[in-house]
Amino acid sequence: MALIHSEHRRTEEVSADRLLREDPKKASSKIAIFQYLTVAVFVFLISGFWKLQVQNPDVYSEAAERNRIKSTPILAPRGKILDRDGRVIVDNKASYSLLLNRDQIKPEHLPAIADALQLDYSDLVNKIRRMGNRPQIIIKDQLTRDEIAWVESHQDFATYPEMQLIKAWRRQYPQDGFAAHVVGYVGEISESELDSPQFIDYHQGDIIGKDGLEREYDQTLRGVDGQQRVLVDNMGRERQMENTQKAVPGKDLRTTLDLDLQAVAELSMDDKRGSVVALDPRNGEVLAMVSRPAFDPNKFTGRISRTDWDALANDPYKPLMNRAIQAQLAPGSTFKPIMAIAGLETGVIDDQTHFHCSGGASFYGHYFACHIKRGHGDIELHRAIAQSCDVFFYNVGNRLGIDRIAKYAELAGIGHKTGIDLPNETQGTMPSTRWKMRMFRQKWYAGETISVAIGQGAVTVSPLQLASALGGLGDGGKWYKPHLVKGDHPVLLRQGNFRPENLQQVISGMYGVVNEGGTGRAAYLPDVKVCGKTGTAQVASTNLTKGAKLHSDLANNVWFVGFAPMENPEIVVAALFEHGVESYNAVPIVRDVLKAYFDKKAREGKSLLERQTASETRFGHFADPARAMLQLPLQEGAPR
Amino acid sequence: MAVYRPLRDLDWPLLIITLALCTLGVLQIYSATAGTKWEDAWWKQVLFVATGLSMMWVASMLDYHALLGRVFYLYIGAIALLVTTALVGNKVFGSTRWIKVAGFTLQTSEFVKIVLILLVAKYLTDLKSETLDWKDLAKLGAYVGIPMLLVMKEPDLGTSLTYIPILVCGILMAGLRWKYLVVISAILVISLPIGYHFLKPYQKDRLVSFVNPDRDPKGTGFQVIQSRIAVGNGGMWGRGARESSQTHLGFLPVPHTDFIFSSFAEEHGFVGIVIALVLYFLLIMQVVQNAQTATDRAGLYVCMGVAALLLFHVLVNVGMVIGRMPVTGIPLPLMSSGGSNTWSIFLMLGLVNSVRLRRFVN
Repeated sequence: MALIHSEHRRTEEVSADRLLREDPKKASSKIAIFQYLTVAVFVFLISGFWKLQVQNPDVYSEAAERNRIKSTPILAPRGKILDRDGRVIVDNKASYSLLLNRDQIKPEHLPAIADALQLDYSDLVNKIRRMGNRPQIIIKDQLTRDEIAWVESHQDFATYPEMQLIKAWRRQYPQDGFAAHVVGYVGEISESELDSPQFIDYHQGDIIGKDGLEREYDQTLRGVDGQQRVLVDNMGRERQMENTQKAVPGKDLRTTLDLDLQAVAELSMDDKRGSVVALDPRNGEVLAMVSRPAFDPNKFTGRISRTDWDALANDPYKPLMNRAIQAQLAPGSTFKPIMAIAGLETGVIDDQTHFHCSGGASFYGHYFACHIKRGHGDIELHRAIAQSCDVFFYNVGNRLGIDRIAKYAELAGIGHKTGIDLPNETQGTMPSTRWKMRMFRQKWYAGETISVAIGQGAVTVSPLQLASALGGLGDGGKWYKPHLVKGDHPVLLRQGNFRPENLQQVISGMYGVVNEGGTGRAAYLPDVKVCGKTGTAQVASTNLTKGAKLHSDLANNVWFVGFAPMENPEIVVAALFEHGVESYNAVPIVRDVLKAYFDKKAREGKSLLERQTASETRFGHFADPARAMLQLPLQEGAPR
Repeated sequence: MAVYRPLRDLDWPLLIITLALCTLGVLQIYSATAGTKWEDAWWKQVLFVATGLSMMWVASMLDYHALLGRVFYLYIGAIALLVTTALVGNKVFGSTRWIKVAGFTLQTSEFVKIVLILLVAKYLTDLKSETLDWKDLAKLGAYVGIPMLLVMKEPDLGTSLTYIPILVCGILMAGLRWKYLVVISAILVISLPIGYHFLKPYQKDRLVSFVNPDRDPKGTGFQVIQSRIAVGNGGMWGRGARESSQTHLGFLPVPHTDFIFSSFAEEHGFVGIVIALVLYFLLIMQVVQNAQTATDRAGLYVCMGVAALLLFHVLVNVGMVIGRMPVTGIPLPLMSSGGSNTWSIFLMLGLVNSVRLRRFVN
């Protein structure tokens, strides 16, 4: 600009001369400015291209790729869950899901789409926002025929081009909550799960195992989704197919469960609250596992509705809880065989030891009653187990002291997680002086030992722990890790090198429970020597202060654990009947399962043909053949 | 006027550069429109270039002094043409820019540019005083302002804006006092926000999406985003002719007219656009060189008007393609498909040649 100015002055001096003004040379400096400006403009433009094309071309070539390639996920089916004989427990069913392509979503379309598919509009909008990093969002699974028809007639370019149908696999679980807790269920990965390092390879919107085997073996069961890539133009029209990446289906999971036994256990539990666990004590294989009340995992497949979820989560009876591994209840008298072996092994009692039961006894200034008010009279170990005399075991406990009790109980697995391959197992409690000091910073009072001796007080166990504890005792004092999926070798957790005659005395006491008119006589089977132990546990009095709503909530929990045969037991079954009032109410459940096991074994021995018929039995119809096979007894009140 | 001028005196470098750019344009139109409804645009463009060349020759034979002498009638004619367009023009996409003449649809506002270049040159040549005073500025502003308003009313903001560089360049070449420059700049700065309120909603949208194209990626920002993706997708060496996905799958808006350079950049990459921009630079410099060698001020003003107009076109169109200028919808000279623009550019280059052929006073 300075140039213009100086030039101005010079021209002004000679402005009188018209010819000079005609001289174009006088504008040369201004032309130079124009030339510089031109250079600047071109530098400006070329630098812009440099930035887009040379500095970071990847950003834009990826954007162009996203523009032109429409990739549709090919969903991989999850592996099936099978029983020990390869029969299908959990299957997949083909269905259609609807997804929205993020690039094409128009907010004004969403109300209409939500309306036609009966989705909640605000849920839909939230979901689209939440799945911020996904190019495609599955908004509805298991479309009905009408919905599919609606989508197909509206997914053209003119109406709702963002909609796309894809083939999906719906998880198909057994009906009526059969084996629901063991199998678990699948669902969409949650925000908190996404944040945890365990799910580092997972993405928003992924369907993962949420509970049970589905969760524990998610890596095995889940497949790898494939992708179909199609070249599209700006109208979304498909021009040509690109390379397709096939889906890799998940691997099938073969469990140790026996569908026949599971069916019997389910039927036997009926609508009682509680749990049944059947194990093979020789290796820890779980043959059946039932928890009641149950839930229908089919409601969870994919995306559960909020009302269904709330109903389950807020149910006071906690149907989602797997009582077999999560219940923490006092074992009651089922604890007595452990007391017995502890007493014998430490030598505080022997087979000659007698105590007098007059219906109760006083220790440390407190009166402890026996469950039989008139008392058992003079009683020795064998009868004390068979008749479940409390006074006998009060004395044993008093002689042992809490820490020796804890030593033997922990050997049997009380107070420790069994390590079963299911998520969220609880460990229960086995009190000891150290435990009390750690938990309450208090000394153990000898009086507290007396209630522990009959499985009350602070002792809590899960049905699985109890089955494992007494099964291992019956197996000669060897405890294997319970598992649902067969590993290479059974894992021996602990071994008590008990003297065989001591073990023999305890087991014969448990034989007496069933076979000599004891508390578990309803478990008697004609051809098999069944041993067992009943248990009645008072519901902790604290429940009173919590204000239990129903009177039945205060009734005793009852247990029965039985194993057979007496020598070399092949199966141990623990049954928990919550608020079952009297211990004999739990016995028939175990009896049914034991009977089914030995009936099946006999049948298989007899005829291979029959076995094949049995293996064709599908879970979906388990009720009828199971009933026919087993002639289930009615739950008559067994005589004491 | 009808004195024969030897062909060898024509500006051959200018012609060669022009034809090189036209060739790039035709090839790109051919590539970008293959398989679309504009498939025949490339040979139409060949015809426009061919007829443009003869127009250029005719214009170069005319003595620009004679044209300047009749500029008043030309100006009246231009205004009449614009008014006629407003009255009987074809309405396309909500805008009345074209009239049908002998089977051709002409965009009248393109030809008005030539008249304005001549008008500004004539007015500045005839100035009695050495510098422009307020009265001169007001008069010149009014002369250019009237057709500008008419074109703006069509509505065609982009083309009306191209009249401004003609005016500004002329004024600056003629000489302007510092004081005036400062005052005019101040007025512009103040009036811009006010002017914003008079823009049409779609024009406001374009400005907003220029500042922030991601705000509404499916709406007005779409063209800018897709254009930038296309350019970036080209990379250093380009995707190759007819291999460009942005162009051929239709993501790029109008890849043979306003966004032809975007399509060109995708197919030929950074190397390609540098070659094309260098050609444009040489074209403008060649026009400027003709201004420098012009025999009189009138010739200088004519050439500089053409140079300023070309520079403005290249800046705004190519700047738009890379998202550095708002979307205004003005074509890229010589490359974009379209008759009116091509012809008006060739006529202007004819004027430049006319100045060149008469550089030796005889």
